[in-house]
Amino acid sequence: MGHKTALFALHQTMGGKLVDFGGWDMPLHYGSQLEEHHKVRRAAGMFDVSHMTVVDVTGAEAKAYLQKLLANDVARLDNQPGKALYSAMLNEKGGVIDDLIVYNMEGWFRVVVNCSTREKDLAWMSRIAADFAVELQERDDLAMIAVQGPEAISLAKKVAGAEHAAVIDQLATFQGKPSGNWFIARTGYTGEDGLEIMLPNAEAPGVWQALADAGVAPCGLGARDTLRLEAGMNLYGHEMDEDTSPLVANMGWTIAWEPADRIFIGREVIAAEKAAGVQQKLVGLVLRERGVLRADQAVVIEGTEQRGIITSGTFSPTLGYSIALARVPITIGSHCQVEMRGKLVGVEVVKPVFVRQGQSLV
Amino acid sequence: MSEIRKELKYLSSHEWARVEEDGTVTIGITDHAQEALGDVVYVEVPEVGSTVTAGEEAGVVESVKAASDIYSLVSGEVIEVNEQLQDAPETVNSSPYDDGWFFRVRPDDLAELDNALDADDYRSVVEDEE
Repeated sequence: MGHKTALFALHQTMGGKLVDFGGWDMPLHYGSQLEEHHKVRRAAGMFDVSHMTVVDVTGAEAKAYLQKLLANDVARLDNQPGKALYSAMLNEKGGVIDDLIVYNMEGWFRVVVNCSTREKDLAWMSRIAADFAVELQERDDLAMIAVQGPEAISLAKKVAGAEHAAVIDQLATFQGKPSGNWFIARTGYTGEDGLEIMLPNAEAPGVWQALADAGVAPCGLGARDTLRLEAGMNLYGHEMDEDTSPLVANMGWTIAWEPADRIFIGREVIAAEKAAGVQQKLVGLVLRERGVLRADQAVVIEGTEQRGIITSGTFSPTLGYSIALARVPITIGSHCQVEMRGKLVGVEVVKPVFVRQGQSLV
Repeated sequence: MSEIRKELKYLSSHEWARVEEDGTVTIGITDHAQEALGDVVYVEVPEVGSTVTAGEEAGVVESVKAASDIYSLVSGEVIEVNEQLQDAPETVNSSPYDDGWFFRVRPDDLAELDNALDADDYRSVVEDEE
């Protein structure tokens, strides 16, 4: 049996099909992944993301520590209380140990990393912390509920009550704020507006139930994956890993090259890679006919022997056909072919984002 | 536990076959198979008039999660396919043994079905997987 979140019993009573995910028993869906997906695009859905790892970074050198640890620069959060920053955490070879979100908590920072990478992340963060006056505290006392969709915020405000609602009203996109013993952030992984609420484990079941009663659909990991893929968001272990540079994973924008004297881990290697010229990039693929693009299928490009690879592929419930993210040679044009079940199938090459705020971008 | 019908024959790859009154054989995928696949989004069935062979690939079912080959339980000519699955592939999820059937075969030799699993044998296969 795996780890269980504070919402495990509710997932069972609400009909969740529970599967192992990175050592946790998590709901894959509650009946239909497609219906859950549509609920998030058209109204509101919620996800138990308590399995994600929350680490609080405190101490006199917390900022200097994160400036060394992360490819993005937490100085970008200066004077912006609650503001969130997306970053890669690189190894010395410039590969991605994990992607994460860090919040400016005014004098300290809160970092949210992936569940599947928890052990190695904590080991790496502790190792680097040895040279700094910082303390790391894992917050496994907190549950996390993501409420996402065009109606997510209004429904969450109704359920959370006046005091939390007042805090929610002040939140800009990609910003969080403490609210009593909750921390509420206007972030997510679906391409829709919404919130991620961190709250004490003991309060989570009551809030989940109240959200469900208000009409927010419980959604599983299946819909979470199709939503993030439509939104063109990376998934660790697919678009990037320890052997993949952030420069070929559409994460160049998250690397803070300035100031030039900020020596973050992995900087030298990826700076050299950039100077030499990056050879691959992440693109979107669209297949408008029958069939579903899948991870690990080969991408064949006319005029070169070099192959690309699909990093994530699925049927897009919003678009009604298949989409994929693929890492390909930079010479790729507007069309290419994918080797699907022994056959070469023509696909269209697009920017790696397909749907945002319910609207098709392809 | 998923539904397993007493009167059908099965393959361990989760297809079922039903012998109709006129001696033709209808083939589909089991309740266990549709549940394991999740939401079905495409179904590829053989063409009417083509020939299928027992134990060999006759089509493909694709869900949001995965693609899976469909095997025939008997050899023979395909005489009808379920057109409804082209526009409503989710029928496979909602009605795997009735409206969600895949194709119908005029079998060369009905005795081929003797090699298939009966409901009890298939139940053990599913129990091993669950």
